Amino acid sequence: MADEEDDIILSELETEELVLQMHDDLYDGLRDEIEEGVNILLERGWAPYKVLTEALVAGMTIVGNDFRDGILFVPEVLLAANAMKAGMSILKPLLAETGAPRMGKMVIGTVKGDIHDIGKNLVSMMMEGAGFEVVDLGINNPVEKYIEAAQQEEADIVGMSALLTTTMPYMKVVIDAMVAQGIRDDYIVLVGGAPLNEEFGRAIGADAYCRDAAVAVETAKKFIARKHNAIAAG
Amino acid sequence: MTDALSRLLADRDWLMADGATGTTLFNMGLQSGDAPELWNADHPDRIRALYRGAVDAGSDIFLTNSFGGTAARLKLHEAQGRVGDLNQRAAELGREVADAAGRPVVVAGSMGPTGEIMAPMGPLTHETAVEMFHEQAEGLKAGGADVLWVETISAPEEYRAAAEAAALAGMPWVGTMSFDTAGRTMMGVTSADMVTLVGKLDHAPLAFGANCGVGASDLLRTVLGFSAMGPEIPVVAKGNAGIPKYVDGHIHYDGTPELMAHYAVLARDAGATIIGGCCGTTADHLRAMRAALETTPRGPRPTLEQITGTLGGFSSSSDGTGPADPSTQRPRRRRRG
Repeated sequence: MADEEDDIILSELETEELVLQMHDDLYDGLRDEIEEGVNILLERGWAPYKVLTEALVAGMTIVGNDFRDGILFVPEVLLAANAMKAGMSILKPLLAETGAPRMGKMVIGTVKGDIHDIGKNLVSMMMEGAGFEVVDLGINNPVEKYIEAAQQEEADIVGMSALLTTTMPYMKVVIDAMVAQGIRDDYIVLVGGAPLNEEFGRAIGADAYCRDAAVAVETAKKFIARKHNAIAAG
Repeated sequence: MTDALSRLLADRDWLMADGATGTTLFNMGLQSGDAPELWNADHPDRIRALYRGAVDAGSDIFLTNSFGGTAARLKLHEAQGRVGDLNQRAAELGREVADAAGRPVVVAGSMGPTGEIMAPMGPLTHETAVEMFHEQAEGLKAGGADVLWVETISAPEEYRAAAEAAALAGMPWVGTMSFDTAGRTMMGVTSADMVTLVGKLDHAPLAFGANCGVGASDLLRTVLGFSAMGPEIPVVAKGNAGIPKYVDGHIHYDGTPELMAHYAVLARDAGATIIGGCCGTTADHLRAMRAALETTPRGPRPTLEQITGTLGGFSSSSDGTGPADPSTQRPRRRRRG
């Protein structure tokens, strides 16, 4: 790239241009530029929720799609998510003040018997990057921990991760317990982990199996939208 | 050339490594969630049996039960204060079994990833990573490991940290990465990238390669990628015995001993010098692999079609090494420095 293009000044861009620029800056994981862009949009009178959805979440969707398609890899996605989080921390108090709609809340953890956490951490970061609130339960979680946290946090989504073929069946134990307590349908249950597949997700009664962190975000958005529609339809 | 692995590599044109550690230990009663490394102290007889299984099946090299032996991993079991002890025991038990084998067998001190994401993306600094690997390396060295064997790495930063730790411990080492995401490692490293990475290290490994990942087919495509670069040091192939399947509430790997025997021969034809298995690879698989390697003459470099025809399809259409498909390039407005 030519050097003379390096000194674009964000505050001099037309708003439409600025938003597209922010999508690029998120893609490149440029944290300072994202903070600056968020502040400019707020100064220009954008509602915090509009900044979140049209500048940040839309930008992260591009990142997520390219991750899903094998064009971007974990390091780039983490840098993008970090930049997103920086923008998000400016917006968070304002969103609460303005009573903006919530994206949704997820309780996530690796199941009992399993101590692997990289995949779960990636999902957490990508979900936060997409504007969701995430409560991370860590590793080695028994049934009670999932259910207690889901109820206490008033979560929309329960996410379970397993990397071992010996621990993945425990996901069914958690779902069965939710069914027994009559709370299964209160939550969207998403499962993931290297040895899982779609067939397994269906067999144990999860709402969906998510192949990777990008798919988890897309799936969560789809289910949350469906839930909102159902509520609106009364 | 004083180490046991270099001597074997000088004598022979292929070597067989071992199979699965986790799969075997679970079959011996390890509960999921428990740290296998604790068994080095609590059940030394079972760890000896694990090692002997590989040696008796014809392995020239076996890996110690210390994959999760860094402080970062042992911390999950509140055993971070036992790094030196557990790694030393892992290697001592190995030394015992190898020395009783009646032929040269290499004790390779297994070192797996820390499980943490390295800076600048994550919290783990280079210095801390080196320190943790070095602590583990000293334990393995004290227990009598012939070489260090770094495996399942996905980040180039972590591979470099392990190399530095091996240098600090004054140990020869081997290092493999896991290529499980569209032909690359989770962190985006291609087979060609790894050859370049290995070539730039001050403390070069004795051998490098791929382990674990998706299935045997994908792993061989990665090996072809290595050998196409004309690397100067031997290539390691340690692939999984097929892909895990969920059947009637149980999980099993779908790769038969027969399939792994084909895999071993194809791996050698593709340019690998050290050939073994990873998850799902039992002593039965290893015996079939050894027999096939001994009785099958070398063949030409296999094509991708021959690999998929024999072992099954790939998990992704490309291994990421070719020129980028222009249709996947996002039109960029401009890039900032």
